[in-house]
Amino acid sequence: MMRLVRRPEFGALAAFVLTYIFFAIVTHGAGFVSVNGTAGWMNLAAELGIIAIPVGMLMIAGEFDLSIGSTVGAASMVVAIGTSFFDMPIWPMIALALAMGGAIGLINGLVVVKTNLPSFIVTLATNFMVLGATLGFSRLIAQVTSSSIVQSDTARAVFAAKWGQANISILWWILAAIIGGWVLGKTTFGNWIYATGGNLQAARGAGVPVERVKVLLFVGAGLAAAFVGVLQGVQWNSGNSTYGQGYVFQAPIVVVIGGVLLGGGYGSVTGIFIGTAIFGVISTGIFYTGWSTDWVLLFLGGLLAAAVLANNYVRRMALSVK
Amino acid sequence: MADTPPILALRDVSKIFAGTKALDQVSMEVEAGKILCLLGDNGAGKSTLIKVLSGYHPPTLGTVLLDGQPIRFAGPREARQQGIATVHQDVGSIPMMSIGRNFFLGAEPTKGVWPFEHIDIAEANRIAIEQIQRFGITRITNGDQLVGTMSGGERQVLAIGRAMYFGAKVLILDEPTSALGVKEASIVLRLVSQARSEGVAVVFITHNASHAMTVGDRFVVLIQGKVAASFARGEKSREEVLNLMAGGEAITELEEELEASA
Repeated sequence: MMRLVRRPEFGALAAFVLTYIFFAIVTHGAGFVSVNGTAGWMNLAAELGIIAIPVGMLMIAGEFDLSIGSTVGAASMVVAIGTSFFDMPIWPMIALALAMGGAIGLINGLVVVKTNLPSFIVTLATNFMVLGATLGFSRLIAQVTSSSIVQSDTARAVFAAKWGQANISILWWILAAIIGGWVLGKTTFGNWIYATGGNLQAARGAGVPVERVKVLLFVGAGLAAAFVGVLQGVQWNSGNSTYGQGYVFQAPIVVVIGGVLLGGGYGSVTGIFIGTAIFGVISTGIFYTGWSTDWVLLFLGGLLAAAVLANNYVRRMALSVK
Repeated sequence: MADTPPILALRDVSKIFAGTKALDQVSMEVEAGKILCLLGDNGAGKSTLIKVLSGYHPPTLGTVLLDGQPIRFAGPREARQQGIATVHQDVGSIPMMSIGRNFFLGAEPTKGVWPFEHIDIAEANRIAIEQIQRFGITRITNGDQLVGTMSGGERQVLAIGRAMYFGAKVLILDEPTSALGVKEASIVLRLVSQARSEGVAVVFITHNASHAMTVGDRFVVLIQGKVAASFARGEKSREEVLNLMAGGEAITELEEELEASA
């Protein structure tokens, strides 16, 4: 039992069970627990979750990425302007959008490790710069800041397929969790991620290439953000520079709710996955109660505060000499 | 039989930082199967000496000899590859990681083929526990336990055991006992003498003269970057060593004052 409590995802799992039961009771008969209701909260969680997993892994390595928000919008605009304004086929534009996401991550990573500036500030700056550049260039090139996307059947099949109410993004989310969980929990690289965030000097002393670890994680976060931008663009048939701004803080929030320590060094992909699921349950659950969605923020903020307290407690427990 | 040269030696090594001499013509020899205690008060140049020995700083003047051959380390990594392992007082372990993962950090045992290659956690835990138990930590039996749950002495044992497992020929221990209680310190001291009997050359840095006298074979006292004294076991008493470290006067004065007031 104590071993279970000591796992990083324990608090998140308990919070998930409680919030789920709470909404299941309060929304009784409204269909929250139905197949469609479940698809609803999972749809909402999935896109955030694809980004939150690499962002959380980066936070375990001790760094933040707030630039993911603008990368989502920028990626959707690359595909939109490429296909509708330049009449390019969609797949090369998707590849270009992903490459751009990776490049933004690479720049974030290199700036952070070369300057030793806090990544919170570096990526906050990048977030504004990417958003500004997306708006500016879109207007300059196509005189728009949002634009429709010219689709192909294969692109729709990969990014926008639906089974009933459930979007294919749920599968992508689960795939991201499996890959992320494997890398973080089982591989040598994952061990280096924990070490980099847990004690940078000790990791360096043991021969861990801490700079490379960080840069690669930034690239991962940029790629995931661009992927979600493509996914949303294809799903909604349009690109928009401002897509994704909500994720800037939602991603770190669900990561912390998932049990990742703000200072790095501790956490799990399972926890991040559950943290994102909680976000989906709350956001959708409130809708089913018929209450104002204003309450979502109150709920989420309260949960974040509780999670930070709980994580701190778990950390002290885990570090007590026994 | 020709004399084997000491594993690691310094010849007239000086290190100058921005005009200040942190080390002034220091010579010393570290032999296999011997414990060299490096004594000195805070600011005597012990840290600088460690950094020269472990390859962080090249000496400004003088030579470092490895197995009798002059060498200039490109960095700590090269020194480590040559078998010179440094265990620092506080850094070196990662509290929120398990014992097995800490022990093999940077040299993880793996199994499977990419993309399914992964750390062999069971093997890592087994070896890590085997090693720390070998050095007298029998209380801990689960390699999944977080390092943060170990006591300070146990962490030192983990770090030293790790260095020895990975084939250290020279073990540089930076104040391994100074933050520890009496019982904990004795575990670490026992491990240090065990390392000696396994043929490792130990450099034991401390300002605790009793700990040094318990295990040391040779002693070097540093004062303001200079070797103030260099002697073998049994040549000087504990009081003489303390006096030397403090530059003589301070402790004697204190003792006289206390005696007078008693």
